[in-house]
Amino acid sequence: MLADKDRIFTNLYGRRDWRLAAARQRGAWNATPDMIALGRDWVIQQVKDSGLRGRGGAGFPTGLKWTFMPKEVKDRPHYLVVNADESEPGTCKDRDIIRHDPHLLLEGCVIAAFAMQAHACYIYLRGEYIFEREVLEEAVREAYEARLLGKGNVHGWDMDIYVHHGAGAYICGEETALLESLEGKKGQPRLKPPFPANAGLYGCPTTVNNVESIAVVGEILRRGAKWFAGIGRPKNEGTKIFCISGHVNRPCNVEEAMGIPLRELIEEHCGGVRGGWDNLKAVIPGGSSVPLLPKSICDNVLMDFDALREHKSGLGTAAVIVMDQSTDVVRAIARISYFYKHESCGQCTPCREGTGWMWRVMERMAKGEAEMREIDLLLDVASQVEGHTICALGDAAAWPIQGLIRHFRHEIEERITRYRGGRPFVPGTYIAAE
Amino acid sequence: MVRLIVDSVEIDVPGEMNLLQACEIAGAEIPRFCYHERLSVAGNCRMCLVEVKGAPKPVASCAQQVRDQRPGPNGEPPVILTTSALVRKARAGVMEFLLANHPLDCPICDQGGECDLQDQAMAFGRARTRFDETKRAVEEKHFGPLIKTEMTRCIQCTRCVRFATEVAGVPELGATGRGEDMEITTWLDQVVTSELSGNLIDLCPVGALTSRPYAFNARPWELRKTESVDVMDGLGSAIRVDARGQAVLRILPRINEAVNEEWISDKARFIWDGLARQRLDRPMLRENGRLRPAEWAEALALAAQRLSAPAGSVAAIAGDLANVEGMKALLDLLNSLGIQNRDCRSAGERPGAGPREGYLFNSRLAGVEAMDALLLIGTDPRREAAVLNARIRKAWLSGQLARIAQVGVATDLTYPVEDLGTGPDILEALAAGTHPFFGVLDKARRPGLILGAAATARPDGARILRLAGTIAARAGLVLHANVEDGPWNGFNVLHANAARVGGLDLGFLPGAGGRDRESIVTGAQQGSVETVLLLHCDEIDGKDLGTAFVIYVGSHGDAGASRADLILPAAAFTEQNGLFVNTEGRIQEARRAVFPKGEAREDWAIFRALSAQMGKVLPYDSQGQLRKQLALDHKAFAGAMGDPAFNPEALGELGPVDAIPFAPAPNFWLTNPVARASRTMVECAAGARRSVSQAAE
Repeated sequence: MLADKDRIFTNLYGRRDWRLAAARQRGAWNATPDMIALGRDWVIQQVKDSGLRGRGGAGFPTGLKWTFMPKEVKDRPHYLVVNADESEPGTCKDRDIIRHDPHLLLEGCVIAAFAMQAHACYIYLRGEYIFEREVLEEAVREAYEARLLGKGNVHGWDMDIYVHHGAGAYICGEETALLESLEGKKGQPRLKPPFPANAGLYGCPTTVNNVESIAVVGEILRRGAKWFAGIGRPKNEGTKIFCISGHVNRPCNVEEAMGIPLRELIEEHCGGVRGGWDNLKAVIPGGSSVPLLPKSICDNVLMDFDALREHKSGLGTAAVIVMDQSTDVVRAIARISYFYKHESCGQCTPCREGTGWMWRVMERMAKGEAEMREIDLLLDVASQVEGHTICALGDAAAWPIQGLIRHFRHEIEERITRYRGGRPFVPGTYIAAE
Repeated sequence: MVRLIVDSVEIDVPGEMNLLQACEIAGAEIPRFCYHERLSVAGNCRMCLVEVKGAPKPVASCAQQVRDQRPGPNGEPPVILTTSALVRKARAGVMEFLLANHPLDCPICDQGGECDLQDQAMAFGRARTRFDETKRAVEEKHFGPLIKTEMTRCIQCTRCVRFATEVAGVPELGATGRGEDMEITTWLDQVVTSELSGNLIDLCPVGALTSRPYAFNARPWELRKTESVDVMDGLGSAIRVDARGQAVLRILPRINEAVNEEWISDKARFIWDGLARQRLDRPMLRENGRLRPAEWAEALALAAQRLSAPAGSVAAIAGDLANVEGMKALLDLLNSLGIQNRDCRSAGERPGAGPREGYLFNSRLAGVEAMDALLLIGTDPRREAAVLNARIRKAWLSGQLARIAQVGVATDLTYPVEDLGTGPDILEALAAGTHPFFGVLDKARRPGLILGAAATARPDGARILRLAGTIAARAGLVLHANVEDGPWNGFNVLHANAARVGGLDLGFLPGAGGRDRESIVTGAQQGSVETVLLLHCDEIDGKDLGTAFVIYVGSHGDAGASRADLILPAAAFTEQNGLFVNTEGRIQEARRAVFPKGEAREDWAIFRALSAQMGKVLPYDSQGQLRKQLALDHKAFAGAMGDPAFNPEALGELGPVDAIPFAPAPNFWLTNPVARASRTMVECAAGARRSVSQAAE
């Protein structure tokens, strides 16, 4: 369990004041000019050494990402874009950072922008986050007032932060769709390459980072990369905010060390699974887009990028969705399928057509109104979507279904049998289609 | 150059190519829907997926550049597989998704037989569907009188959106909705206002956008295809005329990179119904104020009698749709009769005398893309030459053509234009070098100007021509071969019709002491010109010809025929082989797709028959012989090169010009008798008027 002294987000629960004065007392903005005085190479090296991996879901090393930016600013300005379009079902970590610890984020923005030589930073805020926007805008105003931001600020690095409010589309959390949306266009992912570090916002070098990745940077530099790297497992270092929801006694956000056993996480912080650990059925460990895990795996699995990948799932945003035995797991995945069908941007074929197809089959399977052969068909359709699309939404739509069939195939089969059992003859859709 | 291995074929290709092009070079066939060479890359159909060795998943070959491919661990060239099991499965999968919500109503779809979806489903798809759900249906859209929509068939490739936004420059199409509910629609359900909108039909890989006038008319395999050129404007766009029996059923573009790339204007595409209406299919002569049918013999005898009158009282004007052979035969006949009153500039334009460069689009149409500054004088390329306008826009989009200015009535040309003024008096400042834009032209490396020929059809026209020439000479628009950066000729005259350059190349101009177009009209009003022969000429109001006896040789009952006293019916451009010279001096042949209507004859044959009637037999009995004669008599038709010492400053005449604004371009849809006979064009014109009056409200 993470010691209290190792926590970065000391006001995660909003029990204290989020404003500048209070944030300063907790350490935010402390010694930031000194860090900047040490130069951008030092900053990047510290972030690299800390082993910080992107907290947005993909887990790409943050320091490495920063090095992809051009070494020198030429004819095009550099931009830092903070992805606060937190829309993954089950995830609510960025929200608490923004409303309770906004100054950690702003401080991180200044340091990151300095490291990649950007003078402008855009924070793209999810459309539904109204209150968070008010807080964040107020925090930005405070920072300007205290000359922490703006031209000629105390850091010696001119810096402007703009808060942009999205319109509430899941796809705009995809970094290139976010850039399109920021430019005022329809939020649709771009083709890659070119990657944003080459041609991002308005065609200029841009780095898009998750709120949490940026917000921890200040504290990492203050305490040193070694401290951060000393927490967790190799290649999965540091602390992470886990968002535990579903059938636990006390759903919560909690900052914990990477690699904490799932069972410990649930039992220590959430008061355990509703009805005891043995009542557990499955867990979605990283937000709705990752494959779920059955109880047998949950018993021992560690919560970090690599351990979960070994079990063909992923840490994602570390949004742990717990489902007990009362859960209709097929119905649950069908609902997730609906979400992806609804949020697909419609740009590329497999996702546009596949998400709808998969959702419809899932809906029927949830009722049992399907054929046995359709289970394999569904798996095949999912594999035709996965990896064939422009962005990762296609993958995100396919994985939950793949996870379901991998671990709960028997439940689908049982349901189909039961549905057919009560009926002497089911007019098969197969015949109807011919 | 980068080395690649595509299906074990080793090739060297430029790094900026995309993988799809590289694969094609290597001989591999890559299916695609959204990708189009002339549009930006969308990469959304996912049909062109290929396997790149070492890449974790299949990649869209249209969206990956060759230079982005990583070599193997030991520096081996990247390996691309286009027929592997992975690729085949990926394509079949995408195909299945595309067909999942496609209505498969091929039997009632006009795209059937030339449908990319159909073809590729046969080649790359599964044998049967596994999709058992209900199919999606999409509400109809209204794109106007030219484009029929069936949006349920749409596969959201967005080619139409990209064409409208990028090439046509009218960002009126877009996608609304998300995911499955994404629909292609026009802005606020308005009609598409582009002059190039018909190309959307060609671009659409499925039957979502089809030709409304052609709807349910024919299947592509029933049609006889004739390669020809368009005569609706001065560009001479390459077209294909599709006919069944004796009816032309549609017109499609062909690729000609130098002229029209692969676009044609809506006028070129949709006038075909005009070829079947208002046709003159037998000789007619006027008796007691009414036209009555006549035999050819009778008509020719009357024509011969009228033309035998004293040469000074006879005149001939060739119009916008006359082909070279017809004008040549007429010209030879006039010469043998000593008739000097003749002109091919039926609208009264001035360019014509002097070297060929004085009336040509000298930079050539493709040369627009080399320009870095452009001055438009009295021309509206969007209405007068829509395809050229798209090329100017392309040059502007590429950033090459940075400055475009206009003297004339400002209209939306789909790219920003600096408005210098409306009247030719601005040209005086430009020619004197005192106008700031003169400096822009002067400094540009490849400056150009485009003078609308029609803009010189005014009393001070010759002086406007001189001013344009002076600007060209002084701002360095004409660079001869011996000059640094030469040769370059940016002095361009844009003719808005197909016949003019051919006529000028023939020298179909007033002979010694002869009358020109203005003077013929005045002469007819005063009575000194007693007979006027109009060859495909409907540009002159019949009332202007006074009491003269009018012989009309042409194909359509329009302005000329309604005034005519004698009508000799001629074939339309789809009914005879005939040469047309486009505005840049390119000699091209419009070919016969169907036979002439009724008793109508080919233009040249009418004058050959008339010459026999008059005892002045022309020295050719076939079109082949005529063309040989053409090359002998006129160096433009014998492959002559340009004048190396062309001096634009010598064009026209010196003198003051008026401040009267240049006339705006005529109604795009109704510029010639074929278009005016076309219901489609009339409907378009009415629609355009409606939207203008709505906008005004």
